[in-house]
Amino acid sequence: MVDLLIILAAILAGGAFLFALWRFLLGPTRLDRVVAFDVLTIVSITFIVFAALIEKRGIYLDVALVYALLSFLGVIAIARYLGDRF
Amino acid sequence: MSAFIDFLGGLSLLAGSAFLLFGGLGLVRMPDIFNRIQAGTKTTTLGTLLTLLGAAMLHPEWSLKLLLIGVFLIFTNPLSSQVTACTAHYRGIKKSSLTKVDRLADDESESMEKSVSKNPDSEHKDKEEAEL
Repeated sequence: MVDLLIILAAILAGGAFLFALWRFLLGPTRLDRVVAFDVLTIVSITFIVFAALIEKRGIYLDVALVYALLSFLGVIAIARYLGDRF
Repeated sequence: MSAFIDFLGGLSLLAGSAFLLFGGLGLVRMPDIFNRIQAGTKTTTLGTLLTLLGAAMLHPEWSLKLLLIGVFLIFTNPLSSQVTACTAHYRGIKKSSLTKVDRLADDESESMEKSVSKNPDSEHKDKEEAEL
């Protein structure tokens, strides 16, 4: 029962990943792609948690921890590079 | 009791993923980059936090790591969205006609008016200093 719920939730998160990927591919401006990339990284953290739940291995959560710490740096670097005013 | 908590954890996982899905849908459907930032950040923060809560219900021994991931998300997610929105504003990306409120532009026009009204005083002071 719980395994079925986990797989269903992973499928829904996969739909979110596909929507964000769509916006990433056809976003009109570069900042739209940056926003879509932000959403992609957050959904990826959720995917790592789902992988840990399905495999029942808590060590995978360390990957999610480091990714949650470092993934926003890419977004901030690109956004500050695109803005001349900072 | 344990099975009930497991079921609640599964439902929380499902609710979090539904929020992620709606966030992605808003990212595609919204007309404007500012609305896209709004849809893409708020819903994904709540969705990821609900997912972490569900994982902590399913495996209580992981709850410290999951709590750390949640705290990092709460700290970093608004930061990246704020920097992106600031850059979009200063690059002059056009708002759609449906976007009405722009507090940053209002604040900037107010501060411009204040600086214009303060300018004679400062010039006067400068002159006084030069005379001294």
